Amino acid sequence: MTSPLLLDERFERAARAHGPRTAVVAGDGERRTYAELLAEAEAVAGWLAAHGIGRGDRVGLVQPKDCRAVAALLGVLRAGAAYVPIDPISPAERARTILADCEVAATIVAPDLGELAPTSCAGHRLLASDDEWHALVQRAAPPPDRAGREADDLAYLLYTSGSTGVPKGVMLSHANARSFLDWAAAAFRPSPDDRFSSHAPFHFDLSVFDLYASLGSGAELHLIDADLGKNPRALGAFVEERRLTVWYSTPSVLLVLSAFGGLERRDSGALRAVLFAGEVFPIKHLRTLTERLPRAEFHNLYGPTETNVCTAARVPLPIPAERAEAFPIGTPCAGYEACLLDAPGGAEVPAGAEGLLHVAGPGLFLGYWKRDGETEARVFEREGRRWYDTGDVAREVPGEGYVYVGRRDRMVKRRGHRVELGEVESGLYKHPRIREAAVVALADDEAGLVLRAHLVPEAGRPLSILELKTFCASVLPASMVPDRFVFEERLPRTSTDKIDYQTLRQKT
Amino acid sequence: MFDSDAIKDAIRSHILTEVLPGESASNLPDDMPLRTSGVLDSMATLKLVSFVEDTFGITVEAHEAGVENFDRIDDMASFIQGKREDR
Repeated sequence: MTSPLLLDERFERAARAHGPRTAVVAGDGERRTYAELLAEAEAVAGWLAAHGIGRGDRVGLVQPKDCRAVAALLGVLRAGAAYVPIDPISPAERARTILADCEVAATIVAPDLGELAPTSCAGHRLLASDDEWHALVQRAAPPPDRAGREADDLAYLLYTSGSTGVPKGVMLSHANARSFLDWAAAAFRPSPDDRFSSHAPFHFDLSVFDLYASLGSGAELHLIDADLGKNPRALGAFVEERRLTVWYSTPSVLLVLSAFGGLERRDSGALRAVLFAGEVFPIKHLRTLTERLPRAEFHNLYGPTETNVCTAARVPLPIPAERAEAFPIGTPCAGYEACLLDAPGGAEVPAGAEGLLHVAGPGLFLGYWKRDGETEARVFEREGRRWYDTGDVAREVPGEGYVYVGRRDRMVKRRGHRVELGEVESGLYKHPRIREAAVVALADDEAGLVLRAHLVPEAGRPLSILELKTFCASVLPASMVPDRFVFEERLPRTSTDKIDYQTLRQKT
Repeated sequence: MFDSDAIKDAIRSHILTEVLPGESASNLPDDMPLRTSGVLDSMATLKLVSFVEDTFGITVEAHEAGVENFDRIDDMASFIQGKREDR
């Protein structure tokens, strides 16, 4: 059976087949069956259609992670429009900038988040309050028909922080998401017996897997809101109590869950698949996690928002105690091709050499919203296909696929040597008493460039700078030994749960 | 004007400031190997040598700036005292 072309059809097909089954459960236990969720989504679509909003329009979503938010985004898709999720804990200024930038025709907004979506930039407002929502579902206008819609229509716009700090909208189509979801369905075989975690906020592309791999297959989706997501002990309990079977998040989240979630004391036996993406998983923490979740398989997924997941690798278990290097990001997913070039859009590097990872495939984004120049700087025509320059450096190892080397913008020259900051971090992670490490390079008038390591030590005896320096010198070349060591209680994270290097760099 | 302890303290304080900011003086004993352990890399050693020259008014020849004189604070102090006596 071929999969439907449109995301909302994908959900609708599952909803018709699994009507009375639970579709989504919020952190507080509020839940919807597939039939209820479909009815709410159609009511939202009907409201949008009644306001003349549909194909070619954008709709902002300013909601916490609850059942209404899921109904809202499905409703926007059902209306033929594209949704633009706003991080509910982002500064009001950023939210307004995004809503204004993509000229939303309407915004669906939770009652206590109105400040993020003032009428000046929100278009028509649908208030997701108890009363309004109840009334919406009661007197639902019929959803529009799907005539004229195409797989290449915009499905959602995800804003990412550009290097300039100005958020830019990554345009993804129904066809983009479909190719990824078809691959994921074959790779992870989601079924109505599954219970998916939904840790990533909806403005983060990991949410695409959570939402549609589960709701397209009759599975349950268990929402983790921002507060719960930051409480590892509660998260550990959540995994057990909800009997989650599929988990997907950044390594940062799993690392904290593994260290403080009390997994070793809990029954997490239902968990069959743990997927991670977005960062390198420090190997010692991955090893511990695999030991604490002995029944799960582990998959390392790779792909910028612009490409969806484009390479993947299953982690071979058990992880040998002596292994110190991270696992490969693997081989291209179905329909994808990858190559390593010596410059953006340049020539292929010799076999085995490091190069800039370029990716072509069906998940490749449509472009950056109203930023053609930036799209052209990253997307290249080559042998009749569109290739995206990921900005990541990798090398190819026969039989293993691609090995991630680092971000191009995290490579620095120090005393004539090329230093990859991630490699410095890997060296620091070898220290048994360092729990987390993040390294930044700072310009320095005298030394040219200074490497500063921000470290979260394990509890107990404080680490001495001398000891760290000696340790680094024993595991890293001299050009990679940090100049400064700063101890932190925790590392700052971005709203997508990755290490926030920008904030670290600004520390004095 | 510089006895052995004063020389050692001056070197220790320079190393703590330049190479180990945040470290306490008590963690840097006189007999700790610094070059061979990697605490002092070539850049830090160059700076240390010019600090020693400026502070103690001696000239360190290229062949004298190796591990035999610049590994431990003890070694450095003996070397500097010897140099000052030769003047």
